[in-house]
Amino acid sequence: MMDGIFLQQMINGLTLGSVYGLIAIGYTMVYGIIGMINFAHGDVYMVSCYLAAIGLAVLSYFGLESFPFLILGTLIFTIVVTAVYGLVIERVAYKPLRNSTRLAPLISAIGISLILQNYVQIAQGSRQQGVPTLLEGGWRFDFAKGFVQISFTKLFIIIAAFVGMAVLTYIIKYTKLGRMCRATQQDRKMASILGINTDRVISYVFIIGAAMAALAGVLVTMNYGTFDFYAGFIIGIKAFTAAVLGGIGSLPGAMLGGLILGVAESQFSGLVNSDYKDVFSFGLLVLILIFRPQGLLGRPLVTKV
Amino acid sequence: MSQTFYKKGFLALAVTAALGTTGLAQADLKIGVAGPMTGANATFGQQYMKGAQAAADAINAAGGVNGDTIVLVPGDDACEPKQAVAVANKLVDQDKVVGVVGHFCSSSTIPASEVYADAGVIAITPGSTNPTVTERGLTAMLRMCGRDDQQGIVAGDYIVDILKAKKVAVINDKDTYGKGLADATSAQLTKRGVKPILEEGLTRGEKDFSALVTKIRASGAEVVFFGGLHPEAGPLVRQLREQGLKDVKFVSDDGIVTDDFVTTAGGAQFVDGVYMTFGADPRLLPGSKTVVDEFRKSGYEPEGYTLYAYASVQALAAGFAGAKSTKGEDAAKWLKAHSVNTVMGEKSWDSKGDLKVSDYVMYQWDAAGKYKQLDKQK
Repeated sequence: MMDGIFLQQMINGLTLGSVYGLIAIGYTMVYGIIGMINFAHGDVYMVSCYLAAIGLAVLSYFGLESFPFLILGTLIFTIVVTAVYGLVIERVAYKPLRNSTRLAPLISAIGISLILQNYVQIAQGSRQQGVPTLLEGGWRFDFAKGFVQISFTKLFIIIAAFVGMAVLTYIIKYTKLGRMCRATQQDRKMASILGINTDRVISYVFIIGAAMAALAGVLVTMNYGTFDFYAGFIIGIKAFTAAVLGGIGSLPGAMLGGLILGVAESQFSGLVNSDYKDVFSFGLLVLILIFRPQGLLGRPLVTKV
Repeated sequence: MSQTFYKKGFLALAVTAALGTTGLAQADLKIGVAGPMTGANATFGQQYMKGAQAAADAINAAGGVNGDTIVLVPGDDACEPKQAVAVANKLVDQDKVVGVVGHFCSSSTIPASEVYADAGVIAITPGSTNPTVTERGLTAMLRMCGRDDQQGIVAGDYIVDILKAKKVAVINDKDTYGKGLADATSAQLTKRGVKPILEEGLTRGEKDFSALVTKIRASGAEVVFFGGLHPEAGPLVRQLREQGLKDVKFVSDDGIVTDDFVTTAGGAQFVDGVYMTFGADPRLLPGSKTVVDEFRKSGYEPEGYTLYAYASVQALAAGFAGAKSTKGEDAAKWLKAHSVNTVMGEKSWDSKGDLKVSDYVMYQWDAAGKYKQLDKQK
């Protein structure tokens, strides 16, 4: 019996962890490149939940019913519009503050977070919103004692998250844009001397982060079907934790941190008590930071002179 | 108009100015309506406002209270204890209310009621059911609803007597209201010889409860009781069904009495068969018929706490009129000594401020996303 339940909790944890990981990418990339924690990122994700619901509603209104096209259309719509949000936020709230103290954009980010929440609350109302189930059914594996079940939606989340990560890793590792990003991350001044338009690279990073959050938003909306204007808060904090856990600034670290956090939460709820799952995951974070202050895959901080 | 302006003794002038803006000839009797007007539970705040406004309009049309016109002042606590205290202070200091209908979440009502007690303002809550609300010796804090220890008894008995469950999982949302109710239900279950096999809490604001659901599955529970509100109850019941627990009965409480429960659950097919405890539907009482018809004519269905808020305003008005005073102490004393005829029937209060008769019954949701009172209760 233990095996079935353990395996089921692994599936639960991996699903949750993939979502954390996708959102964590936005935190980690922005931190890596301009050393700022983008507190508005959770709310960008929240906006994408609404966009996903709007996209689904509009596309089904125009008679699009087959699941693959519906979800593809919604994904493209949500990612594009959320990316525009990411770009605009960076232009309006962070770019003018690029050369001020490090705390200024942080405060600006908190401001943007509040603005987004209140804007959505006024524009969409404060009630809970929801979408109906899109993809029903799943696989069920029976054992001698108990069974393990994975719904198609959960499978889709895990696969989509890994595909998203793979595409992003490819872009960062092998394309010109990726090289520009890495150069800017290593030394912004030097990169700009060498002819890289660092302002534009920073904009790209915000777009990529927002796009990943949008992917997470579509997936979560599909799976849980319900959200409100406050939905970005808790998941944003968890994703930020995942980014720190994996080593802030490190791309694979964000995904690894997300998965570890998701699995830790699920297994702890399953084996011990769900009341204290957050205590456990944050306890884990503290432990890891004591022994590896740079996070699991992060590079040690070198003070630049 | 600044605070110092009032304090300098230009009160009369200020009142005239205020009257000028509202265009009223008589004196105003200000009553605060406090609850979650925004936030995840805003539905309940809207129910409060609709009900209170209708009651105030009806009373004003009939001549007001001792000749004064009732003016409602909304206060938004978003079900946040900190904001509730700030709103309570604003209502008593700035708006100078003489009575309050509110709040909704017990965790908000409890700290806010201290502010009202200090200011000598009477408060009636239409929806806060945590026992502590009236257990702290406050003289002018009354309820228009039952208490969780009563609600928990009804839920516990129903699970044992009608659902005949032997294995029950009790889940709460770790908030004052949800936890208090879950504890009361657990206590009753234990008393009836069915000790809960699983007692766990979830975090308000989260949407993923799959780990908890798997744990419920592993425990082999036949009935899940959830003490909490609809933003969490919806995803929880959906994830239960999606993980293949189709036959597990889901019992919840008066925190899911809203159509939004269907939205959060992702469709009516997931709420089908869900049980909940709630006061006997006031819409079915003969005395409420005219008021309910009035609401429906205006295109609003007086669901959930609407009529509770209506009755709370009626009770406040009766208290002020009966005591011939707007002092909280006097009005509360009068209400505890007399009974009031409200839209929800004849109501009377004990010395603590609880209703003398509570009327919790079991409801069930159907596949069309509607709920109705069950015939078989005991």
